[in-house]
Amino acid sequence: MNLWNRLMCYCRRRSPWLFHMNSGSCNGCDIELVASLSPRYDAEQLGVRLEGSPRHADILCITGPVTHNSVQAIQTVYGQVCGPKAVVAIGSCPATTNVFIDSRTIDGPLNRHIPVDVFVPGCPPRPDAIVLGIAKAAEILANRAAKKLPVEPVCIPGTECAAGCAAKAAASEVQL
Amino acid sequence: MNLTAALARLLIFPGLLFAVPAAWFFLWVERKAVALMQGRIGPPFMQPFYDFIKLLGKSTPPRSGVAGLLMKVWPLIAVSAAAGAVGLLPVLPSSGGFQGDLILLLALLELPSMCIIAAGFSSRSIFGEIGSAREAVLSVAYNVVFLLAIISIAASQHTFRLEALAQMPVSPVHWLGVLMRCLGVLAILVCLPAKLHINPFSLPNAEQEIYSGPMTEYAGPELAMWELSHGLEWVAATGLAATLVAPVVAILVAPHLIVWWLAALLFVALSFGVVLLLSVVAAATARLAIDTTVRFYWQCTLIFAVLAISSALFMRLRS
Repeated sequence: MNLWNRLMCYCRRRSPWLFHMNSGSCNGCDIELVASLSPRYDAEQLGVRLEGSPRHADILCITGPVTHNSVQAIQTVYGQVCGPKAVVAIGSCPATTNVFIDSRTIDGPLNRHIPVDVFVPGCPPRPDAIVLGIAKAAEILANRAAKKLPVEPVCIPGTECAAGCAAKAAASEVQL
Repeated sequence: MNLTAALARLLIFPGLLFAVPAAWFFLWVERKAVALMQGRIGPPFMQPFYDFIKLLGKSTPPRSGVAGLLMKVWPLIAVSAAAGAVGLLPVLPSSGGFQGDLILLLALLELPSMCIIAAGFSSRSIFGEIGSAREAVLSVAYNVVFLLAIISIAASQHTFRLEALAQMPVSPVHWLGVLMRCLGVLAILVCLPAKLHINPFSLPNAEQEIYSGPMTEYAGPELAMWELSHGLEWVAATGLAATLVAPVVAILVAPHLIVWWLAALLFVALSFGVVLLLSVVAAATARLAIDTTVRFYWQCTLIFAVLAISSALFMRLRS
């Protein structure tokens, strides 16, 4: 990698801008995402900025179990985020649809519709887990853009997800 | 001013080579000051630089036709106008300049705001259009006061030349002139938050309210240019305030000790002070509604400006 690419990779890691989207969440995870920007957790130390427009964002943070109504909106907004981009699924709902599983109004989990890079399970997850998830997503995004490709979904272990991986947890819950 | 000197001022000092790092520094100071006021640690020192480089590496959505072309052009015009405005600032004494360069500086300072209005409308986004309309109303509101204040300062010294305005007669000190200069600078300082779109006048780019206003549809390198032009506007606007307030400080502190490097240092320190002041005000206030803003400028602040310009005319008639 030449110098410019290394600089770019570094800057992408240090400057993740977020766009927050609610896909039918109960507002619990949304509050925790805002809390992670508050004085106690201060995600701006990592360069995180909550942006108003998906065009400005690098990382799409999605909360909620993905209702039928929100599927089209999620796909539109995912298309509006300019590359290189990453997606963080915040909370247990977008990972497994959580307590809403088998509901006829739900079309989740999220990775049926768009590729998800980081799962932050929890109901709601702690703000420090969200900050860690965003940092991981920024790293994945920078590496992917630099063509170093470990793009398996990452799970931030939380209290709700002892199994380790949200995808596995989703599968096991479906069998139950 | 010959061509080489003009190019040197535009490209090296106080132009692009100096102004771009200064713009990033000021953007960082703003974010850091807000963070400290809120009891946070805030972004690292290099954050605006990281943001700029990252935005350069992002893709932009495909756009076609005249609107797409215009959307590419507006941020470039804004950056070059703001850089030109910085280049005109008389940081070093006897650095040249010409009669009427203050008028050119004001026009160049106004151009980024015009570009923002045009950009919002050419993006065809409803949020962009609302933001542009707000920017236009805001610009009409504060510019009356801003221009009256500048005219009063210029009229009291019979000149539109920046270099002459950056100095004041030290012996004998003209105390009425000093008082008027203070009044004018105060009116300019009240207008700066609106000019730089920060709280309490962050109406056009009201984040979380109309998404990002005129910038909603911008992405990647074009957004990077907007960020840069915003930073350069910071440098130019605070630099103008510092230029006008520097002779007052020099008279009050040490009129006979001012040498060129001390003058340049004073300029940088005053700019930094203005940035800190504006950031603290931005952190301490909430966004005002558009009608409150217009009423604030046309009813409350206009008194300062009218006072300043009437005393300037009075001085002119007397002399």
